Amino acid sequence: MLELAARQSQLEQAASKLTGLVITVIVFAIFVSLAFYLAERTSERVQRYVKYFLFLAPALIFLFIGLIAPAIRTLYLSFRDARGDNFVGLENYIWAFTQPEILQILRNTGIWMVIAPIASTSLGLTIAVLTDRMKRPGLVKSLIFMPMAISFVGAGIIWKFVYQFQPNDRVAEIGLLSQIAEWLGFVPTNWILTAPLNTFLLIVVFVWIQTGFAMVILSAAIKAIPEEILEASMLDGASGWKRFGKVTVPMIRGTIIVVLSTITIGALKVFDIIRTMTGGNFKTSVIANEMYNQSFRALNYGTGSALAIILFLGVIPLVAYNVMHLRRERSER
Amino acid sequence: MAKAIKQGKVEVVKSHLSSPWASFVAILVAVLWTIPTFGLFVTSLRPQTGINSSGWWTVLTKPEFTLENYSRVLFEGRGATPPLSQYFVNTFAIVIPSTIIPITIAIFAAYAIAWFDFRGRNFIFFGIFALQVIPLQMSLIPLLQLFSGGLHIGSVTIIPSFGITGTFIPIWLAHTMFGLPLAIFLLHNFIAQLPRELMEAARVDGADYFKLFRQIVLPLSIPAIASFAIFQFLWVWNDLLVALTFGGGKREIAPLMVRLAEMTGTRGGDWELLTAGAFVSILVPVAVFFALQRYFVRGLLAGSVKG
Repeated sequence: MLELAARQSQLEQAASKLTGLVITVIVFAIFVSLAFYLAERTSERVQRYVKYFLFLAPALIFLFIGLIAPAIRTLYLSFRDARGDNFVGLENYIWAFTQPEILQILRNTGIWMVIAPIASTSLGLTIAVLTDRMKRPGLVKSLIFMPMAISFVGAGIIWKFVYQFQPNDRVAEIGLLSQIAEWLGFVPTNWILTAPLNTFLLIVVFVWIQTGFAMVILSAAIKAIPEEILEASMLDGASGWKRFGKVTVPMIRGTIIVVLSTITIGALKVFDIIRTMTGGNFKTSVIANEMYNQSFRALNYGTGSALAIILFLGVIPLVAYNVMHLRRERSER
Repeated sequence: MAKAIKQGKVEVVKSHLSSPWASFVAILVAVLWTIPTFGLFVTSLRPQTGINSSGWWTVLTKPEFTLENYSRVLFEGRGATPPLSQYFVNTFAIVIPSTIIPITIAIFAAYAIAWFDFRGRNFIFFGIFALQVIPLQMSLIPLLQLFSGGLHIGSVTIIPSFGITGTFIPIWLAHTMFGLPLAIFLLHNFIAQLPRELMEAARVDGADYFKLFRQIVLPLSIPAIASFAIFQFLWVWNDLLVALTFGGGKREIAPLMVRLAEMTGTRGGDWELLTAGAFVSILVPVAVFFALQRYFVRGLLAGSVKG
């Protein structure tokens, strides 16, 4: 009886949320159409100005409120104390670069930034080259690409299960890694608790997801290499390896670097994997995770903001490179 | 004729290049890549006692399956914690507006930047692209303060707080703001390439910029809209950080990912619930992904990924 009532109220809650959702979407559609309708009926002279208000202004306002102004305020907060009341100079930054726990976190972030992009890109490139030599690469590519659709949280659970360790000797292992270790004659340990191994195990999860991304982009770049060049190298008698090193890689160098920098940005900001798999414990924390903890757990906006700024400084050169690359591509067109 | 010969040549090159070894290795890698997900799926279908006493690979020899894990995790709440189906509804309530709103705003802006003649067009375009430099983390604290307390200078209220904390609205707005740079960038790339003759002919026929948008730009941009929609859909569905920060820890509005992350922390040993829950959360994005993979790949190739 009680259960029935509980189900009833669950259903009611779900229905009210979905109704709210439908109403929101309808209201938004009416609002946009009405604005559009009214703007279209103004005189041509007025339209000259109205069109900027309708088409461009909303985006600029959202970008200003959501990104530009907050970024400036975060910079400001990073020089102030926990509640933002008093100016503290560089104290938060000094804290970040002297506290042993934070230094550990910066070091971990560094490991992520180096290993994750190199591993994902080289694996992605290898698979791109292999599938390029297949007759029907569709399914293989889809399977390797699929983790891109899986959330970091979902991936975290999938791999936490792979790394599961059974402390009780008399019970069979249920984690695949532990079982494989046993089959190979090793004694499994509690992988997730073992530093620094655990950081690398978390990186594996990220690489598992990002390899598909690297593969798709690099595979498209390989397909775009003109056939004449491949033919010429074949007529010269270049072997598969030689062709790979002397023709394929140099031809797609630009794309490789863009893929590397994009994945590096992702690695720098990694948060969900850490939070799901270790919660940042056992010496696995990274900047983005600590930023969240400082800001919303310790409620210290000063240190939280300083960590966000450090993250920002790490991203700048990478995005700058991507912007330059884009500009060059445009001018070539 | 020449073309046919050329194509024949390409075929020759291709067949020289294709090798059974490459296929073998590639298939092996694909299998390896799928095993962890497959293990999760198999586990989610096993009875609780089986999961905790033997590895999932043992089902190959003695299969035993049940759907009980799914019915428990989806429909049985515990104390104040609602069952996962409620979080599933919340995810929908977050994802749909968080996809529709940024697309609408972005397609307007992309059109304006691509086709209006005004000074500073290029500056705005590269400025928006460069906004990707701002990591989400830099916006979290100030935006949260804005949503919960409004904006005041001294005692003067510039923007009131509207009392939206604890509703879906801050999450929608945050996703809209964070999604815009990539959305505008992708859609602009597409809209800017619409044939100039077509646009000019319509102008000569007396169409104003509004009509142009309605009759030409919007219908022709559907593929680009689709490819960004998939991006944003997957991004919002899979997001943890934004929902965690702007949901304010309220169960009534928390999406699947927030609940799953919480479950791994507090009930890390309940694999029968965790695996079933995780699989539920994976199912929709993977289905969308397989159904619309073409658009997704096109979007990936057109722009980098967002952050």
